[in-house]
Amino acid sequence: MLVLVSQIVIGAADLAAAFLFLFGLKRMSSPATAPSGIRVAGLGMVAAVLASFFYLASVNPAAQPHVLVNLGLALVALVIGGVGAWFVGRTVAMTAMPQMVAIYNGMGGGAAGSIAAVELFGVHTQGVTQLVVTLLGGLIGAISLSGSVIAWAKLDGVLKAPLRVQGQQYVNAAVFLVAIAAAGVVVASVLGVGGLVLTTPQWIWVFFTCALVFGVLMTLPIGGADMPVVISIYNAFTGLAVGLEGFVLQNPALMIAGMVVGAAGLLLTVIMAKAMNRSISNVLFTNFGTVAKGKTGAIKGTERPTEASDAAIKMRYAAKVIIVPGYGLAAAHAQGKLYEFVKLLLAAKVSVKFAIHPVAGRMPGQMDVLLAEAGVPYDMIFQLDDINDDFASADVALVIGANDVVNPAARSDKSSPIYGMPILNADKAGQVYVIKRGQGKGYSGIVNALFYAPNCNMVYGDAQAVLIQMIEAIRGLGAAAA
Amino acid sequence: MSFAIIMTGFVALYIFMLAGFAGWVIIGNVPAILHTPLMSGSNFVHGIVVVGGLYALFNAVTTQEQAIGFFAVLLGAGNAAGGYAVTDRMLAMFKTSHAKPAHHRASVHPIKKG
Repeated sequence: MLVLVSQIVIGAADLAAAFLFLFGLKRMSSPATAPSGIRVAGLGMVAAVLASFFYLASVNPAAQPHVLVNLGLALVALVIGGVGAWFVGRTVAMTAMPQMVAIYNGMGGGAAGSIAAVELFGVHTQGVTQLVVTLLGGLIGAISLSGSVIAWAKLDGVLKAPLRVQGQQYVNAAVFLVAIAAAGVVVASVLGVGGLVLTTPQWIWVFFTCALVFGVLMTLPIGGADMPVVISIYNAFTGLAVGLEGFVLQNPALMIAGMVVGAAGLLLTVIMAKAMNRSISNVLFTNFGTVAKGKTGAIKGTERPTEASDAAIKMRYAAKVIIVPGYGLAAAHAQGKLYEFVKLLLAAKVSVKFAIHPVAGRMPGQMDVLLAEAGVPYDMIFQLDDINDDFASADVALVIGANDVVNPAARSDKSSPIYGMPILNADKAGQVYVIKRGQGKGYSGIVNALFYAPNCNMVYGDAQAVLIQMIEAIRGLGAAAA
Repeated sequence: MSFAIIMTGFVALYIFMLAGFAGWVIIGNVPAILHTPLMSGSNFVHGIVVVGGLYALFNAVTTQEQAIGFFAVLLGAGNAAGGYAVTDRMLAMFKTSHAKPAHHRASVHPIKKG
């Protein structure tokens, strides 16, 4: 009787959770309803986690003697993991959001991989289908875990440069094939062909080790500007792994949640890859930086520097200014100063809009979040398609720490590696100012034709320092007038 | 007696197909401006894996299974709690210039989809 009740409770809670997740994500279709969306989804999570303690009523006979220990372990793990991550999530800087998302992704993948490991080592799976699905989920989960950890290390600056070795593709392929072979041996052992060289548990270790190593190798060569695609892919991977383990555990809530996230990650991956005009395999398997080398020098002329104060005064007396933020804004933590400057422009009756490229920054939508944090109302923020025609009528375009996303070579130069990538038409504005840390190329190593255009001036310096000078220049004007 | 849900391969595939489709359509409607909170929010959603971790840990027999199960719950709980915390924080920051007093939120204009 208790078993029946517990199964009904778990089933009902999981059903409610699945509904609330979908409903919550649906409410994310507008910034006005989105905050309630995450709370609705949170409610579902709490219900599902509490209900899962009813699993204790029907543990398998072999685990009965360990039930108290297992319960204790579960509570400790829940408290340490939950409270720890909650505290970090509440306090981490907004500029660190890409690496936080990467690490949470890795945790989800790791959890899915661990579930697969428990099922495999404990020989809980029944039948070949369930075993194969367990292995598949374990493979994807483990890759997502180690790959996300590397992505986190790159985004956090622990790992500085992309690591590229000659012939790495072959090493990657070899490691992946060993993982698949080990999985094949595990399946074979269930079918009665046991004891091939190693014991089955040893093969399971080989399998997980190779999957983890593959995740590391796959992510190491990928550079910073490709991170939006990488984060999206691991998001999809983890979702898929969770969905597959949900099937193994016969839990539809995990299957639905995992698959929804898998689809979401895939969609974002496609959007990001499209915004770079590259295929997903191109991002993963070619070395962007090395491709771009040697393509320099086609542009004549010099970059013309100007003073921050001159640029600020020009914008103060402009009618329409469009601001293009990029990763440099995040790196300099300058979003607050930027909005302070923008408020001065608004007070002087200048029309100001923000133009966001889909792959600006290190993850999808990173610039939008930073601007929101600074207090910029979201009706001032426009996406590529909505604002691109406005540049022609703008007096000034202010580019802050963005590079490839405003390079007109993407429109005109067929030999450029980024040819065909949709860009923000900042060069069409009457005057362009580019705030940049110094001369030299951006991450991709491509010369930016915009910097040499006759209507473009460079303001060299850290974005935060430059914006402080700009604010002072405009305040100085006001004082002089008064 | 058994209330167990016996899921055959095809029922599972139907669930996967419908969930994937629902996810694609729902996520496709999220404006680009919310892509970061969307990503951390969907991150939070796959934190449901903690439920699977709890199941695995409760049924663990050997020390090895207990250790890995513990790891699964630890990571899953971190995924869910952390994902929620950052998403909630980010979404609270999105404001519009039309809604000056906080209680007039209902009158905001929907933004253009990106």
